[in-house]
Amino acid sequence: MSVSVLKPGLLSSLQDAGRPGHAALGVGRAGAMDGPAWQLANALVGNGRGEAAIECTLLGPSLRFEQAAVIALTGAAIAAHVGNQSIPLWTTCRLPAGSVLQLGGMTHGSRAYLAVRGGFDVAPMLGSRSSDLHARLGHQHGRALRAGDVLPIGAAEPLRGPALGDAVRPLQWSINPQPWFDFGGRTLALLPGSHGHLLDQASQQLLHGAEFILSKDSNRTASRLDGHTLHLREPLELISEATLPGTLQLPPSGQPIALLAEAPVTGGYPRIGQIAAVDLPHLAQRRPGDAVCFRCSTLDEALTRLAARQRRLGHLINAIAQRLEHA
Amino acid sequence: MAQDIGFEALAEDALLLRFGERIDSELNARVQAAAARLHQRLPQLECVPAYASLLLRFDPSSWAADDDAPHRHLQDAVNAVLGENGTIVATPREQVIPVCYGGEYGPDLADVAAHCGLAADALIARHTAADYRVAMLGFAPGFPYLLGLDPQLAVPRRHDPRQRVPAGSVAIGGSQTGIYPEVLPGGWQLIGRTPLRLFDATARPPSLLAAGDRVRFQAIDEDSFRQLAAAEPR
Repeated sequence: MSVSVLKPGLLSSLQDAGRPGHAALGVGRAGAMDGPAWQLANALVGNGRGEAAIECTLLGPSLRFEQAAVIALTGAAIAAHVGNQSIPLWTTCRLPAGSVLQLGGMTHGSRAYLAVRGGFDVAPMLGSRSSDLHARLGHQHGRALRAGDVLPIGAAEPLRGPALGDAVRPLQWSINPQPWFDFGGRTLALLPGSHGHLLDQASQQLLHGAEFILSKDSNRTASRLDGHTLHLREPLELISEATLPGTLQLPPSGQPIALLAEAPVTGGYPRIGQIAAVDLPHLAQRRPGDAVCFRCSTLDEALTRLAARQRRLGHLINAIAQRLEHA
Repeated sequence: MAQDIGFEALAEDALLLRFGERIDSELNARVQAAAARLHQRLPQLECVPAYASLLLRFDPSSWAADDDAPHRHLQDAVNAVLGENGTIVATPREQVIPVCYGGEYGPDLADVAAHCGLAADALIARHTAADYRVAMLGFAPGFPYLLGLDPQLAVPRRHDPRQRVPAGSVAIGGSQTGIYPEVLPGGWQLIGRTPLRLFDATARPPSLLAAGDRVRFQAIDEDSFRQLAAAEPR
């Protein structure tokens, strides 16, 4: 079983839960930028072992499925067609052998996930199939997909339900993306950062409430936020310490930088905040030019929201598994 | 051991232990000792040492106590472990890194020597005489930040960083020295190159060096470089 890449799209890469546990070696986690969307795409095809999916960025790839396959698309609202037939998102879809799936632009969001039943089965590296584009770890030295790439698909039991003919068949139900995908530009919760109290007063006010603009200098490592320049009361020379996805750094330029999935493991810029983990997927879905606003939050609130989201996600994944059993 | 440590909750799953604010071998040794002990006693934590701090990453749901934030609970556990009697004798590994200095292997050697007011041979002698410690790995997989550079060899970073520093390049940036494990962009001054492969994701362990290791550099000639390079797995 395999999938051939006909057109790579703007930046498409294999992603899974990432590579935790190796930061002491200088190896970051990488992994899907929008974790819940990646998990739900896998759930919709009946994958339960953290299989790798394709993360598409702004413009999706075109792929040929050499054999019949079961797929799901989640995350950003991406145009998806097989021939003239539109492929619905946030549901399970059967594709006959030889289908060419054409993924196009996105009307909302910037990252869509394509999961396939069985998962994209490339060799794991340090326990993950995630492509770390920056550290060049993963399939093909962690590079983005290219035309001509052939991706193997793992073995899986066939999905229950009517035998597959020549037709493209989406299931007759889908999940509601509303809780998982931010259509409205939500304000992001910001926890205090080590050096946030050293911002001057005007900068503290701007940080919690002003509208920043996501720069086009944004990638899987970090997003730069434009629109306002922030200042410390006095310059600060720091020695390198560990950094994390979600860390909001302030380099000397005064434009904050939000670290994302491929955050370096150490850094020496002042940390002016930490974006709540539960809101990081929403930041990952912003497009260059989109507004980004923060509100002051606390660790307790962030932990409560994270636990609640994990519970809801777990319930939904179980419900999807039951629906697939009776598909 | 537990006194004087600052604790900071960095994120939902991250607690930073801060031992100081300086680049200092004594502080870094405390970081390494704490990391070794925590790794032994609380193996479910991920420990990430830096110059003067240690990041712990954990699963917040497994450290949640009734009315207590998981960070508070974890901090108590860390204090208990670090407050125990007895020292962990973390005998540091000693690693010898062969380096071919100068020429095409170290294109900045002459400039660095001139900046330091030393002859090239004297610079090499000083660089190989020192006893280094790996303070932390970072910047790229397997990149060691080394403590112990002879202060006279400190030299500013390049004004025009290179887009492609060759893998194995031994470099000086400010008062630090390090080794580029892969082809990377970089602004440090290149004085030599090692034929050893510093990072291989398929090897166990993947990194030749670990935080806390002792490192010495040994000067080799071009013939030895080629022979050793040919023997390295690629």
